[in-house]
Amino acid sequence: MIPSLVQQNALVRKTGVFCCPGWWARLFESLRPGLSVRALGLVLSLGAWVLTSCSPLERADLVLHNGPEPETIDPQILTGQADGRIASALFEGLTRFNPTNGTAMPGLASHWEISGDGLTYLFFLRPEARWSTGESIEAKEVVWSWRRAVTPATAADYASQFFCIRNGRAIVNGELRDASQLGAEALDAHTVRVHLENPTPYFLELAASRVFFPIPRRAVERLGDQWIRAEPLPCSGPYQLLSWRVNDRFRLRRNPQYWDAAQVTAERIDILCGDNPSTALNLFLNGEVDLISDRKIIPGELGPELATRPDFHRFDYLGQDFIRFNTTRKPFQDARVRRAVAMALDRSRITARITRMGERPSAAVTPAGTGGYHPSAGLSYDPATARRLLAEAGYPEGRGFPAIEYTFNVGSRIYEQTGVEIQSMLREHLGIRVELRPLEWKTYLAEMSALNYDFIRGSWVGDYDDPMTFLDCFLSDSGNNRTGWKDIRYDRLLQAAAAEADPQRRLGILREAETLLVVEAVPVTGLYSHVGLYAADPRKVGGIWPNRMDEHPFFSMRRIRP
Amino acid sequence: MNTLSSSPGRLALRRFLRNRTAVSGLVFLLLATVVSVFGPWVMAIDPNQGSGSPFVSPGASHWMGTDIHGRDLFSRVLVGTRISLLVGAVGAGVSVLIGVSWGLVSGWRGGRTDAWMMRLVDVLYALPTVVWVMLTLTLFETRCVGWLSERWPASIPAFRLAAMMVSLGSVSWLTMARIVRAQVLSLRERPFILAAQSIGVSPVRLMLRHFLPHLAGVVIVYLTLTVPAVVLYESFLSFLGLGVRPPQASLGTLIADGASQLNSVRVRWWLLVFPAGLMTLMLAALNGVGEGLRSAFEPRDGNGDRN
Amino acid sequence: MRPWMARVALIPVLLWVVATLSFFLLRAVPGGPFDRERAPASREVEAALKARYHWDEPLWRQYGRYLGNVMHGDLGPSLKYRNHSVNDLLGQTVPVSLALGGMAFGVAIGLGVPLGVLAALKRGGWADYAAAGLTLVGVCVPVFVLGPLLVLVLGLWLEWFPVALWGSWQNAVLPTLTLGLYFAARVARWMREGMIEVLRSPHVQTARAKGLSETAVILRHVVPVALVPVISYTGPMLADLLTGSFVVENVFQIPGTGAFFINSFFSRDYTMMMGMVLFYSLLLQVLNLFSDLLLRWVDPRVGS
Repeated sequence: MIPSLVQQNALVRKTGVFCCPGWWARLFESLRPGLSVRALGLVLSLGAWVLTSCSPLERADLVLHNGPEPETIDPQILTGQADGRIASALFEGLTRFNPTNGTAMPGLASHWEISGDGLTYLFFLRPEARWSTGESIEAKEVVWSWRRAVTPATAADYASQFFCIRNGRAIVNGELRDASQLGAEALDAHTVRVHLENPTPYFLELAASRVFFPIPRRAVERLGDQWIRAEPLPCSGPYQLLSWRVNDRFRLRRNPQYWDAAQVTAERIDILCGDNPSTALNLFLNGEVDLISDRKIIPGELGPELATRPDFHRFDYLGQDFIRFNTTRKPFQDARVRRAVAMALDRSRITARITRMGERPSAAVTPAGTGGYHPSAGLSYDPATARRLLAEAGYPEGRGFPAIEYTFNVGSRIYEQTGVEIQSMLREHLGIRVELRPLEWKTYLAEMSALNYDFIRGSWVGDYDDPMTFLDCFLSDSGNNRTGWKDIRYDRLLQAAAAEADPQRRLGILREAETLLVVEAVPVTGLYSHVGLYAADPRKVGGIWPNRMDEHPFFSMRRIRP
Repeated sequence: MNTLSSSPGRLALRRFLRNRTAVSGLVFLLLATVVSVFGPWVMAIDPNQGSGSPFVSPGASHWMGTDIHGRDLFSRVLVGTRISLLVGAVGAGVSVLIGVSWGLVSGWRGGRTDAWMMRLVDVLYALPTVVWVMLTLTLFETRCVGWLSERWPASIPAFRLAAMMVSLGSVSWLTMARIVRAQVLSLRERPFILAAQSIGVSPVRLMLRHFLPHLAGVVIVYLTLTVPAVVLYESFLSFLGLGVRPPQASLGTLIADGASQLNSVRVRWWLLVFPAGLMTLMLAALNGVGEGLRSAFEPRDGNGDRN
Repeated sequence: MRPWMARVALIPVLLWVVATLSFFLLRAVPGGPFDRERAPASREVEAALKARYHWDEPLWRQYGRYLGNVMHGDLGPSLKYRNHSVNDLLGQTVPVSLALGGMAFGVAIGLGVPLGVLAALKRGGWADYAAAGLTLVGVCVPVFVLGPLLVLVLGLWLEWFPVALWGSWQNAVLPTLTLGLYFAARVARWMREGMIEVLRSPHVQTARAKGLSETAVILRHVVPVALVPVISYTGPMLADLLTGSFVVENVFQIPGTGAFFINSFFSRDYTMMMGMVLFYSLLLQVLNLFSDLLLRWVDPRVGS
């Protein structure tokens, strides 16, 4: 069989396979009984040919499984976490994340000065900072990149991160047409001055986030939107892009021009893309993958078993699952009904039975510990009070309560299982009948935005380590509100917090706002705070630490040689 | 006339009853139907009742163990079988009905009619099934459910199920049409058909009496392939949020749930083995019955088709 | 004009029908490509995004633009994968699915046809039961169970083959088997059926009466005609195989086209979905044409 395979390979290669009409004809001709062996050989050899044409790659020094294929790796456009991880291997901001705790440390800027009122920042760029193609990275390019990000035509979803910079909001909203009005300027080749709208305690972390990465101006001017496909792609981060095969892998090579290249020890790394958790786990267990960096591709149902292994690392994470109530229609128009439902939920039953990874039950919206902040406990589990509230609202023992639906998206079994538990708890404690309404992702989003639901699963992942990233979702005019709830008191509290320079007082105001949100008005009630997880054998992979930002920078990551 | 036509039927019945595989298959299917339809009712079990003890392995208290919510798998399998039997039967039935008549007409008329009918099949083939099913079911949800909820809210689940079955059936008939057409084209020129035609047998009678018996084989094969396909497709629909609504279960969704047990860390085998095993058994039974029926009704039985 | 030429000439027309139908059907589904969990930064930003993809134009104009581009061989930008065009995505993934599908087709025919023949010849005998058993497993055990099962046994426990990814021939073994067995089961079923149908027809007896050896009768007079159902099943089957299987590619993390059938619908990546539909449709029509020609050739009665 082997020699004939080789011969046919040669034949196929010579004839150019598909372009040759005779090939198909021959295939079918040879399908004639008695000759089917030949057909089989031909088909197999065709397969072998295509297979060998993509020659197997040598194993990289470090192989990461990163989750789904990124939608884009353009730092200004991307929104997904998996996308962001790849961008952060290739690019860097003025600051970068400290791998041990996720706080900001010097990146392209070697140091900075902050004015006493916290409104002006001076960043000093490293003179040795360069693109992988050799050009130096200068202050003007940084400012130019930021102006591009806030220009509406760029269509950057994360442009809202620039709202804290003077005029940022006005430019993004289209009220100010001239992006050069943005409060950022290049004082000289290596100094960037930033004027903030409000004192922003997390601004240094923002400066490390993707949308703040300077991008290579020349490539952008040459290729426009598709600059990220430039070959070679100018990179400012620890690695540069070698190849990108969709739904398979990114192959990266160490960037010798990186200012901190001495720290980077892996010569080549592969970042695999795929969205099947069992497959990712199998690859990890088989040693083909050194690191699984995305919680979503670690099989949730194996959580308790995996959590006890030394190569799985759990940590508190900046994410929260909650329930949104539709405050524009019956029966959740009535805050008492919303509170009753919130108090009839035994959240620890959900975390103990369903999620089972050590998630913390929480009735708030902000995970405890975000930016040193601790939210009020929210409405705790209290079925007796819940029944009383429901009776006050006119539904004693759930009598006369309309049929309601709990809507959730079908992305994960956990959402359905949570729904089943919610359904049974509400029947048990309040005597109300809940139908479960599973929806596929985009329909779910459309229905949620159109306020076409009774109560619905929701979740949020913080963009920076501060309660504001969670709380500003529920501002009256926020596109993320999606509950129909508007309260001027809430909006004013958040405004007051933004203007407050004293960090402790600021957190106090935010706590007051959150109490209004999750105890009094309850358009939303928390379920549990997320747990972050990554898989890496500490004997094989070093330079990676659990932290609540779930930031695991590539510059420190390394393969430990036995 | 009556006695003449009934005696082959009786003969076939006798032949069928002599076939042990076929009879045991039939008995099994009937049993499964009766148990799954009346079982939950007689035993007064609630398949959605959590017991507080999740993941109990099979034993005396729970014959097939329990799932993550502590629900009894046995009762869920029973109820799931009922839904899946219905979905499989109706879904496959609809597709056979359309497929056979389409293929018959197309193959028999031939020429231009055949060409157009088959091109239409090609077009439908290429339309994404997911989109079609999703659209019809979404339309049902947005248009019909509101209307129903004002009149007979209790009937919504039944109608939802019916919409799903029809929607599934309406996209799975295409292969059947192609295969039946090919058979008909091949049969059309055979002497017995030509003979029947020459003595002026009406087309309808020709199709019913002369073509259909020769098509029984492919129809049966097709059924045994389509029933499980439809049952499993239903579980795929639950990925779209369009299948059986939780907390209800079908065999398909139970198998899909159980598939996650195929890992090297921890295997709760009962969650996969029982639903998948039951489905295989039912299909084996269906196969047996199909084979029995076919040899019972074979047009010229025993005339040299055995070596 | 010969009939097959008319069929070929009809292909573009049918593609147009398929494109039109899918275009409008897709747009009727709730949700859109730009709906996200996170609201856009501002209305201006959202408008800019939509303008970039001409989403702000009336539907008929978008349709016209799309058709125009397709005529020039441009399937448009992917609405989800913002750094790739549909042509680019198909160009990268189609060869992989063709390779996998081709090999699986080999397994399906190579295993299914002989098994079906044997089963029919020894009806009620051991071969029949073996074939019935295999088809039962192939039909009842869904791919999403068979794939992980093979991975568990042959990949993780016995460590014979890699558990996933694509690159060397070892990588291809498990997915080929998974996909191949699934279709082999169906082919065996149809083959057995065709054989039984042919074995009882008179021309076989005529052939036997001519004194031909039994093997010659089977190979020359029975098998070709018995292939009729298999061949008419081959068109759709091969089209399915060559455009990739969602489940198999997902389980084995193979960079083929199959993933896009489902995922581009989930993400409402209309252009990619349309690209897949057109590609599939083209392949299907070509293959169905071939399978019809082949039918006529193995069984000349079909043609008249």
